[in-house]
Amino acid sequence: MESARVVVTGLGAVSPLGLSVEQMWAGLCEGRCGIARIKAFDPAGLPCELAGEVPEYRIQDYVPKTHRKATKLMCRDIELAVIAAREAVAGSGLVTKGIDPEHVTVEPTRVGINVGAGMISCDMVELAPAVAASAADGRFDIRTWGKQGLELITPLWLLKYLPNMLACHIGIIHDIQGPSNTITCAEAAAHLAIGEAAQVVARGDADVVLTGAGETKIDPLLLIRQHLLHRATTARTDKPDTACRPFDADAQGSVFGEGAGIIVLENLEHARRRGARILAELVGIGQSHSIGPVYERLELDGKGLQIAIENAMEDAGVGPEELDLVIPHGTGVPRDDLAEATAIAAALGPAVRKVPVWPTKSMLSTTGAASGALDVVAAVRAMAQGIIPAARNFTRPAEGCRLNIATESRAAGIRHAMCCSYTHGGQTAALVFRRFDEGGGTT
Amino acid sequence: MKTPKTRERVVITGMGIVCPLGNSVEAMWQAILAGRSGVGRTTIFDASTFPTTFDAEVKGYNLADSVSDCRRHTACNRGAGFAVGAAAQACRQAGIDIQTTEPRDGIQRARMGIYLGAGEGSLDYDAFFGCIIAGWNAQEQRMAWDRLNASAAKHLNAAHELEQEPNMAVAHIAALTGARGPARSCLTACAASTQAVGEAMMMIRWGRADVVIAGGAHSMIHPLGITGFNRLTALSTRNDSPQTASRPFCVSRDGFVIGEGAAIVVLESLSSAQRRGAGILAEVVGYGASSDAFRITDMHESGRGPVQAMRAAMADAGLTTRDIDYINAHGTSTQENDSIETLAIKTVFGERAKQVPASSVKSMLGHLIGAAGAAELITCILAIRDNIVPPTINLVDPDPKLDLDYVPNTARRMPVNVVMNESFGFGGQNNVVILRRL
Repeated sequence: MESARVVVTGLGAVSPLGLSVEQMWAGLCEGRCGIARIKAFDPAGLPCELAGEVPEYRIQDYVPKTHRKATKLMCRDIELAVIAAREAVAGSGLVTKGIDPEHVTVEPTRVGINVGAGMISCDMVELAPAVAASAADGRFDIRTWGKQGLELITPLWLLKYLPNMLACHIGIIHDIQGPSNTITCAEAAAHLAIGEAAQVVARGDADVVLTGAGETKIDPLLLIRQHLLHRATTARTDKPDTACRPFDADAQGSVFGEGAGIIVLENLEHARRRGARILAELVGIGQSHSIGPVYERLELDGKGLQIAIENAMEDAGVGPEELDLVIPHGTGVPRDDLAEATAIAAALGPAVRKVPVWPTKSMLSTTGAASGALDVVAAVRAMAQGIIPAARNFTRPAEGCRLNIATESRAAGIRHAMCCSYTHGGQTAALVFRRFDEGGGTT
Repeated sequence: MKTPKTRERVVITGMGIVCPLGNSVEAMWQAILAGRSGVGRTTIFDASTFPTTFDAEVKGYNLADSVSDCRRHTACNRGAGFAVGAAAQACRQAGIDIQTTEPRDGIQRARMGIYLGAGEGSLDYDAFFGCIIAGWNAQEQRMAWDRLNASAAKHLNAAHELEQEPNMAVAHIAALTGARGPARSCLTACAASTQAVGEAMMMIRWGRADVVIAGGAHSMIHPLGITGFNRLTALSTRNDSPQTASRPFCVSRDGFVIGEGAAIVVLESLSSAQRRGAGILAEVVGYGASSDAFRITDMHESGRGPVQAMRAAMADAGLTTRDIDYINAHGTSTQENDSIETLAIKTVFGERAKQVPASSVKSMLGHLIGAAGAAELITCILAIRDNIVPPTINLVDPDPKLDLDYVPNTARRMPVNVVMNESFGFGGQNNVVILRRL
């Protein structure tokens, strides 16, 4: 069977470190932390009042005029993804309807989209008047809701919260008529979506696919859920920039946030024909499942993640010693970090002592589905710049963690970079990227 | 990325279902052949004052009937609980060992994947609405977040919160089967499980797995789900006659009837199935996907998205319209879908359009949303197995503008070798899968 090579030709990122890839990359290089006290609402009463929030923006500035009315149907997850998609497409040099409807250079039916999305929480302030109108003696009364409360809900309300609406808005803006999918595997969603998008291109069902993920966890209900699952830290909250400490001996949990990362994946020949700037090649995909005694945590030996990493390396045809950078999922939840470190060590064997590992969530926070996409953007930028920035908030390795985590920024020729992720429930994924040099093809 | 030398053919070796027409494949099929409706009054919550007071619910389901040890699955959300039962049925038919760390079925767990089109679980509504009431300052029309946060921290339950997530049905099937291959879930609204089956087929064809447990699971029958669809005016409000409310292609159709359930198939490479001596139900020969890229709220009036997906699926299968014996239509019973779908079929099939029966089993099953495509796929497998096409019931007043052969009201015995299953999702995702008798 013939399959196409798949390359990255565009990057877009919205993160707690800024509204563009360059702002995020500059922040990561400086070791800046995007975590602070929540501003979106008053977090008083939450066990952790911190989050990684995206800086202020006006969504109208990021959509074409024809789509301005539709911004009313966007929840925050959709907005973030739309902004990141715009940057990715603009940077790729492809001209879609959303960039310039007069000079479109792509065939819409040959462009696809594949986005990871979270379970979107509905806006409680929006629901509150209807819920309050249905309360009797402080209790919700479903019969009153059916008669009166329901009528107070805006007619298109549901459409704001369906997870596939990230892909739909981006698809309408950029006139994407090829395959569209939405992967709903929480923190593993981005890597799973990117892997599937690459397959869609490789098998010839599209020439270009926009892929990645977007999510906000900055919602009272979603944050409380993380506390109930013992994933959020309550330590060091007086020093927000030290609170999230992946693989560190003092780690006590993660800090949650929001963001979106979208990349343009493209058939290599298609990219070459149009003279595109090729940023990297996606060469390896691995996926598996964790099967632990409980669903909310990675199994202790990280077996499911280990299989995903091994499969990704095998798919890429590279051995552990050929990896020059690993961006782990590393959330700062001690037990999960330890399981992940165990998985990486088992998959890399003796090379684990040498391969640099760079966790990003100490700066970016855990942005749900988006986290894997932001890591892919960071990996591709690191590869292009030949720099591995320093890990932040890592002073002493957690017991049992044998990873080579860099505490100082360094120049590095990165030929192969790997990103991996897992999620509660158990889906795991790993991707291997290879640096791409013009002329010689993939180096 | 590695590419296999030869293209693996993909077959179906097991199927299982939990749906409004019964909690086994044969129970559902008997109901469909008899033209029975699975619709009734809403019992899951008190919907008596809602614009729509009926739905298509799963009835009398008990997970212990299909799984001997339920301990891993006691906290399942409604849809995921259906998924475990349907997966257990499908595995049993395919000869896949479940609930054991030492399977003897000859399938490597690292080569066994899972792909579901699965939806979110229901919120804990008492707690959720209670939190909002506790936090809302009605005089000032603002949320007192500290009160809401305190109430939420007190009333929400960790296990319930986790199990609401849409990826949990996959997690439960992994625990059930020990599958360690590629695993994921997607949610492209009403097209999700057709997409899941299509992409799962591609996993096997491209050598990334030997077996994939695929399908869908969903229940949106909860207060906010029904509120959302009612506000969109997407649901039928024929409260005086629930069983005739789902009436695809009728002039008097007034919306879909929401259903719930799970449908799972075991997809397997032909070589693996032959090696194991597994019974083969059908071959999955084509998959096509497209998007409308038109509006958030409407399908493109030309039906261009469905047209593109149908053509892509046929091209993928190496088939033409002459080869298709039966179309399992999306047929939701909304004005828009049924008109545009009819137009799309005419565009693709041309003069042959009226000769190819195209029925909607949603007239009986209701609309299972994320699980709809996979449930309907199972009726396609059965159509091939038994050479019978299922009817569109309630076709009492055909829309004069819609003039295909919708197999009105009674099942039809005829040779069925190749079947096209179509699903179109809110927001414009279109997915088509083609099955063939092996």
